[in-house]
Amino acid sequence: MRILVAALSFICLIALPVSAQDSPIQQLLQENRTLIEQSSRRTIGPAIDALRDSGLPAAQAVLEKWQARELWQRKSDGLFFFAERTGDGYRLIDIATGADVGSATGGEIEQLKPNSGIRALIGVALVQFQLTDPDPARRMAALDAIARNAEAAHLAPLRASIATETDPALTSRKARLERLLTISYDDEPDARIAAIESFAGDLGVDARAALNPLVATTRAVTAGDPPATENVARRLAPGSDVLSEAAAHALLVEAGLVAPRISASDIRAALAAHVENGQVGGVPVAELDTDAARERAYAALAAAGLVPATATSAEVAEALSSHVFYERYAETDPRVTEAANAALDAIALKVGMNQAADLTLDALSLASIYFLAAIGLAITFGVMGVINMAHGEFIMMGAYTGYVVQQFVPDYTLSILIALPLAFAITFAAGVAMERLVIRWLYNRPLETLLATFGISIALQQLAKNIFGTQARPLTSPGWLDGSLVVNDIVSISYIRIAIFVLALIFLGLFLFIMRRTRLGLEVRAVTQNPRMAASMGINPDRINMLTFGLGSGIAGVAGVAIGLYAKVTSELGQDYIVQSFMTVVVGGVGNIWGTLLGATLIGFLQKGIEWFNPSNTLAAQTYMILFIILFIQFRPRGIIALRGRAAGD
Amino acid sequence: MRQSFIAKNPSVLIFLALLGLFTLAVTILGEGLGIGLISTSFVKTLGKTLCLCLVAIAMDLVWGYAGILSLGHFAFFGLGGYMIGMWLMYARTELIVVESLAQAEIPPTPDEIRDAIGTQIFGVVGGSDFPLVWAFAHSLPLQLALVVLVPGLLALVFGWLAFRSRVTGVYLSILTQAMTLALALYLFQNDSGLRGNNGLSGLQNIPGAGDVPQSLMSIRFFWASAAALAIGYVVAAFVVSGKFGSVIRGIRDDEARVRFLGYSVEGYKLFVFTLTAVIAGIAGALYYPQAGIINPAEIAPIASIYLAVWVAIGGRGRLYGAVIGAGFVSLLSTWFTGGQAPDLNVGFYTVKWVDWWQVLLGLSFVLVTLFAPKGIGGLFDLLTGRRGPDRHGADLGPGAGSFREKEAEQ
Repeated sequence: MRILVAALSFICLIALPVSAQDSPIQQLLQENRTLIEQSSRRTIGPAIDALRDSGLPAAQAVLEKWQARELWQRKSDGLFFFAERTGDGYRLIDIATGADVGSATGGEIEQLKPNSGIRALIGVALVQFQLTDPDPARRMAALDAIARNAEAAHLAPLRASIATETDPALTSRKARLERLLTISYDDEPDARIAAIESFAGDLGVDARAALNPLVATTRAVTAGDPPATENVARRLAPGSDVLSEAAAHALLVEAGLVAPRISASDIRAALAAHVENGQVGGVPVAELDTDAARERAYAALAAAGLVPATATSAEVAEALSSHVFYERYAETDPRVTEAANAALDAIALKVGMNQAADLTLDALSLASIYFLAAIGLAITFGVMGVINMAHGEFIMMGAYTGYVVQQFVPDYTLSILIALPLAFAITFAAGVAMERLVIRWLYNRPLETLLATFGISIALQQLAKNIFGTQARPLTSPGWLDGSLVVNDIVSISYIRIAIFVLALIFLGLFLFIMRRTRLGLEVRAVTQNPRMAASMGINPDRINMLTFGLGSGIAGVAGVAIGLYAKVTSELGQDYIVQSFMTVVVGGVGNIWGTLLGATLIGFLQKGIEWFNPSNTLAAQTYMILFIILFIQFRPRGIIALRGRAAGD
Repeated sequence: MRQSFIAKNPSVLIFLALLGLFTLAVTILGEGLGIGLISTSFVKTLGKTLCLCLVAIAMDLVWGYAGILSLGHFAFFGLGGYMIGMWLMYARTELIVVESLAQAEIPPTPDEIRDAIGTQIFGVVGGSDFPLVWAFAHSLPLQLALVVLVPGLLALVFGWLAFRSRVTGVYLSILTQAMTLALALYLFQNDSGLRGNNGLSGLQNIPGAGDVPQSLMSIRFFWASAAALAIGYVVAAFVVSGKFGSVIRGIRDDEARVRFLGYSVEGYKLFVFTLTAVIAGIAGALYYPQAGIINPAEIAPIASIYLAVWVAIGGRGRLYGAVIGAGFVSLLSTWFTGGQAPDLNVGFYTVKWVDWWQVLLGLSFVLVTLFAPKGIGGLFDLLTGRRGPDRHGADLGPGAGSFREKEAEQ
């Protein structure tokens, strides 16, 4: 064994100097030496192709080094080497074997300096090697590079590489990329059409990016019918919505078919430049304050040859009616554009359906946020009939609790787990205190409760501002809530929103459980229906009212933590939700948790739906939503689910 | 026995006399015509305060007398300001534009003038065309009519919808708050045609009065505000003193009973709601030329709630209470938030009133609601010896939600 190794290394040692001169790759380079030395983008093609198609194992390394300007040529015999700088000279490395073959001074060798055009050509040639590289990561990188910056030349090596691909994921990616490149660069219309049709209903952005240029149009104008060689998309009537008369006239001017019309401001400038003795073209300057007078003056100037003539309205109208305006495709084959249009229509339909699904998810998540914000209110306002304007500030307190906990507990998951019960406890206590100190004395005076709680609201808000400052504080969600659940390119929902949705469902369950299955819930329902009767049954209404109010406030605090996770925590956090929360409860129907759920769903969907009509303007969406709610209350003053009979209270 | 209007409302004469004295004092002490003891900016503040007192009277009419806690009256106030602001801005920009275009060699056409004004006004929101709402902005009389018509019509439509479907109590409050929020959000948009959150500015420069110094202009506006307040007070006193006043007080205390007596409750409420909206609009039209700028933040729901706060602190259900509340609280607010109040050092912490005034206001508001539902105006009852009966905790008024102390008054 040892003898064998020794023999092999000996063979290598004596073989090296020989291969340095006579390796096939060196011979190939020498054959194309003149082209390489010429180093011109126009003529270098055959040399690069020869290297690429040689099938030699060293070809890829040579091309890469050449592209990276690391290929050197010895002046004495024209041989090519890789070189490394060593002190004052260079160490030469054989291009085929990578072996050390001596050294040279800087004067003896010359660096090949391919310009950017040649480097790009080499890059295209290299794609073939990268696509068949043994390393899947490099193959993937090559595919990424092609997808980013596709060229016609990539098509052939890509096709060739599919057959030998072993990785199934890469195979499908290559096949998709091949179809995309076929659409853009294949010469055969049938192949292109087949590829186009294969993308019908595809949601990928890349498919649309490949198809859209095919149906891009430019506008043109001719005197008669459009030439038969052109692929006409449609004819345009001047003065219609798509082609205004001014635009049509601009097209005519561009085509040199009519004289341009001088714009009003140019006329004004021309007139100002030709004022003589207080007159322009015989019209006194003082009279030039109407367009008619200016036109007369300009016509006079034009007649005198002082300014270029402007086309009159009649001429323009004549020209517009005597010419044909049309849109033409840049793509000349009508079958291709037809197929592309059909494919894009199918995609648009699918995209629309997916957008609707995405919108539904968005609306659901918005609804769950409103529900979370409103569920505490559904208890204090819906069940007890107490208007608590400070409800929003309880939400804010919950969010700030989360923020403070994160200052002490650096682990985000743990801090959220601590913050949720802590926020509940703090806002529960605040709610109980408020009920004891203020609200208890104002039962039966709802308007004054509203005002008193509003006083508390502004005090709390300012207090938060004094303590935490006006800038937004971050409440960071745990790492496992980052990112989003991506269904496809269009439908996705962030994990935080899913978490909020789940939290809303949990609270719905909790509320139902407390109200229907616990002693507390029973007593709450008894007290809200008839406090005196409940009191005579041994229930302490004061205590129950206090606990109910605390519960509603506590839930607001927990909602605050959840809302703070995706919105910035500011002292105005609660204020942003208070009106919507009241809307949710009122629209849903006071005193019924299912009503609140329906109300939140209605408002969430409504807002997202309106935003969809006018995506750039969420303010308008809110405005119209509130208007809709005001109208809605006209028709169902007691909300979606109205209490009937005695429970309704009147 | 028929009493005269004055005999039934002795407070009117006292109020008018005090207001007259106050106006005279400010005129003499002010900078424009008097000895200059009061700065121009403070005269403006006083003038603005009078406008706030006027809108507080409107609020008192609708809440203290008719029992409708409207959280939307500052929206009407703001709308009035916007209406007058449109004319002020248009007319002033027109003057500037005409002057600058007159320098050009060629006289401008009417279209060019209009385009230039549009570019000046709407350049800030990236537009130059006049939106439809500016159709009457060139005419002062039309725009003055809109000051009354726009808030009035909005109140009429909204009130008709709300009262017709018998939305009452806190529901109505929330609904009016929603209306205010919707309006504010709408105006915040750039394409609402009213310059989005930039609002209308430069309103203190009255077109055609460029040579009148601000010191004189502020006194004139102060007079106008005082006159409007005087008229508003008399009108409000007139409205609440006769049979009409009795009916709306009845509606406040027990709506159903008044309805069963055959009165058209909705009609009465709608009238009061619309009338007060108009008064609020006029107050706004006087306020904003003195403030100089109006933007949608002014009509956010919070402003309307503050209005209710003023009236509650002053004492609702009595007109002078509203005036006292608005004047007292808003001037105190200006003093505290303006940084003029000295810091309070309590040893371990220095209380900066700019930061803590809101906390104080909120808490004092709670205290007033709890312990002094009659507000500051209740002090006058102590003076005149009017006192509620002591029933030792027995039930007082007709309905649980009504304003029972008033009902039981002897």
